[in-house]
Amino acid sequence: MDWFHFSPDEWDAIRLSLRVATIGTLASLPAGLLAAYALARWRFPGKLLFDGLVHLPLVLPPVVTGYLLLILFGRRGPIGAFLDSTFGIVFSFRWTGAALAAAVMGFPLLVRAIRLSFEATDRRLEDAARTLGASSPLVFLTVTLPLALPGVLAGLVLAFAKALGEFGATITFVSNIPGQTRTLPTAIYTYTQVPGGDANAARLAAVAIVLSLAALVVSEFLSRRIAARIGG
Amino acid sequence: MFDVAVQKTLGDFALDARFRSEAAVTALFGPSGAGKTSIVNAIAGLLEPERGHIAVGDALLFDSENGTDIAAHKRRVRVVFQESRLFPHLSVRQNLLYGRWIAGHAGGAKLDEVVQLLGLEDLLSRRPRRLSGGERQRVAIGRALLADPMALLLDEPLASLDEARKREILPYLEKLVNAAEIPILYVSHAREDIERLAGTVVTLDGGRVKSIEQIKR
Repeated sequence: MDWFHFSPDEWDAIRLSLRVATIGTLASLPAGLLAAYALARWRFPGKLLFDGLVHLPLVLPPVVTGYLLLILFGRRGPIGAFLDSTFGIVFSFRWTGAALAAAVMGFPLLVRAIRLSFEATDRRLEDAARTLGASSPLVFLTVTLPLALPGVLAGLVLAFAKALGEFGATITFVSNIPGQTRTLPTAIYTYTQVPGGDANAARLAAVAIVLSLAALVVSEFLSRRIAARIGG
Repeated sequence: MFDVAVQKTLGDFALDARFRSEAAVTALFGPSGAGKTSIVNAIAGLLEPERGHIAVGDALLFDSENGTDIAAHKRRVRVVFQESRLFPHLSVRQNLLYGRWIAGHAGGAKLDEVVQLLGLEDLLSRRPRRLSGGERQRVAIGRALLADPMALLLDEPLASLDEARKREILPYLEKLVNAAEIPILYVSHAREDIERLAGTVVTLDGGRVKSIEQIKR
């Protein structure tokens, strides 16, 4: 078996997985920051329900999440039809749908990590910033967010890793179309289902391991640098 | 000028304090738990009284009668906290210039003057974690001065320091107090600091004002 010669189909799956995981994770960051901040700092009616909703993809069978996405964001789903007719954004059976599924599945992990670091932020520093003239948005941007950066980073890596490995929701929502929605996990699954696909499956499994480890190493490196910066 | 009357219930503690002082430096004196920090927070806008009014200089900051409540970040009342509260992710220079950076323009004291007044020349590129307690308090004082203050609240700036550090900072405080043209509220539980610095001493106990006395300087 040649470990380093990927077929065009395999390259497609690798590239697609990276794109889907990167875009899905980054696109969910603003909403993740907002949800984490709301859960860490605000009191509002229905907070418990909101908390549950955010964490739902973590506990639901991924197939159910994928099915719900199909119902809501499919061509004829209420949100999918609206986005299609208003902005021309289509999710069903496209890589964008895979990115959406990845974002939804990684969201609870993203929010959890960021929320913890918002809760750990020293509120007295925020008060100090207010007395120095900073309005609430500026306090957030200049004090809260920089101090929470290690947590934000940890959340991004967790969500990215989750997105990279996402299988059930993706295959349910957007199927398994080569070049469009066949990500690494679905490609590996497909190769294990065909005779003689073992070598391909093993190669792609190795790629998945390397990518996941690389994400961890990069995040560890960055969070050390940030910790050194904050620690002076 | 400070004109303060605040009522606030905080758990078992009832704050009901009123005082008025025309002195350049007003001292708030009393044992810990007397309500000194609550009054500082109320003047700074970090704690909303249930009833009362707060005026500093010509500015009415809070009045429960007519609903006045200027937001903390618009009060220009700068605070030096007991634990300095420097921003750990910023250098000393960035901490000093934080207020000016937020305001988007330079007003009030100049960086060079403040750095010289407080002896901060060698600290500018350092991070707060690398500073001694005394150095941190000097930077915190500088940060407040550089944020174009209309009043300065010093909340036990010496309390967390040992005797040697106190003696290091007191001369700077005296210089500051003599040079400042804005009202200063100096909070302490140490009588000897107060007598070196203040004109009017407001003594608090159990959330109430026990006495107001003038000190001849």
